[in-house]
Amino acid sequence: MAEPIEKVSIVISKGSLEGVYPGLIMANGARMEGIEATLFFTFFGLDAVIDKRMDHLKVATVGNPALHIPTIVGGLPGMSAMATKMMSKEMEKIDIPPVREFIEMIHDAGCDIYGCKATVDMFHLKKEDFCEQVDDIITVGDFYEKSAGAQIIFT
Amino acid sequence: METIELIGREIELDEDGNLKNISDWNEEIAVELAKQEGIDELTDRHWAVINYMRKEYEEKGTAPSIRRLTKESGVPTKELYQLFPKGPAKKAARIAGLPKPKGCI
Repeated sequence: MAEPIEKVSIVISKGSLEGVYPGLIMANGARMEGIEATLFFTFFGLDAVIDKRMDHLKVATVGNPALHIPTIVGGLPGMSAMATKMMSKEMEKIDIPPVREFIEMIHDAGCDIYGCKATVDMFHLKKEDFCEQVDDIITVGDFYEKSAGAQIIFT
Repeated sequence: METIELIGREIELDEDGNLKNISDWNEEIAVELAKQEGIDELTDRHWAVINYMRKEYEEKGTAPSIRRLTKESGVPTKELYQLFPKGPAKKAARIAGLPKPKGCI
């Protein structure tokens, strides 16, 4: 039998609701299976751990053919808010928590959470801008060091 | 089909290694299953989780997700992982004599 996975490092690089959740579900799922997990937020993915923004992530309704809404309609005012509301409602039904609660749960489950230093510098962010679950702001080099022995998953 | 001997009885297991028949379960069996999972002693806090899981299963027909466990069992996430290291929802379900939880959360 193949060796079981013992450690994963998950990178979340997108800041839309549908860009953030897959990584969160995979991190939580890893901990539920007893797999060590690290979450690393970079570029727009950082919105998911910025205190003022994490409760307001939206579904992108433009440029996503799988949403089956023509781009021009997806661009109308209120479309993104509506799609976000609908998706959040469906997620709640299957017990997927809102972003803030999910991040708390994942962190309490023993997953380390890091922000990307390059992005923090680029967007002029400070450690205080982040929710308390962010353990540290680290460089890409630190990220690879912390990922020793892990499978790296980029989302 | 796999069977194991627990407290002098032959017990049937399902494909995940959980009890095939929930009616085979009792507290002594829970203690033995816990030992197999590396938990030497079941404390009151373990029992709070196990009893909550069994109650949920009886009412809803599936073992609760980790989120419901966290929100409704009275045992917070951190403690769940301390009580049942390496996967609380899955391990607690097995010790509670229930099938493996089906959800992703």
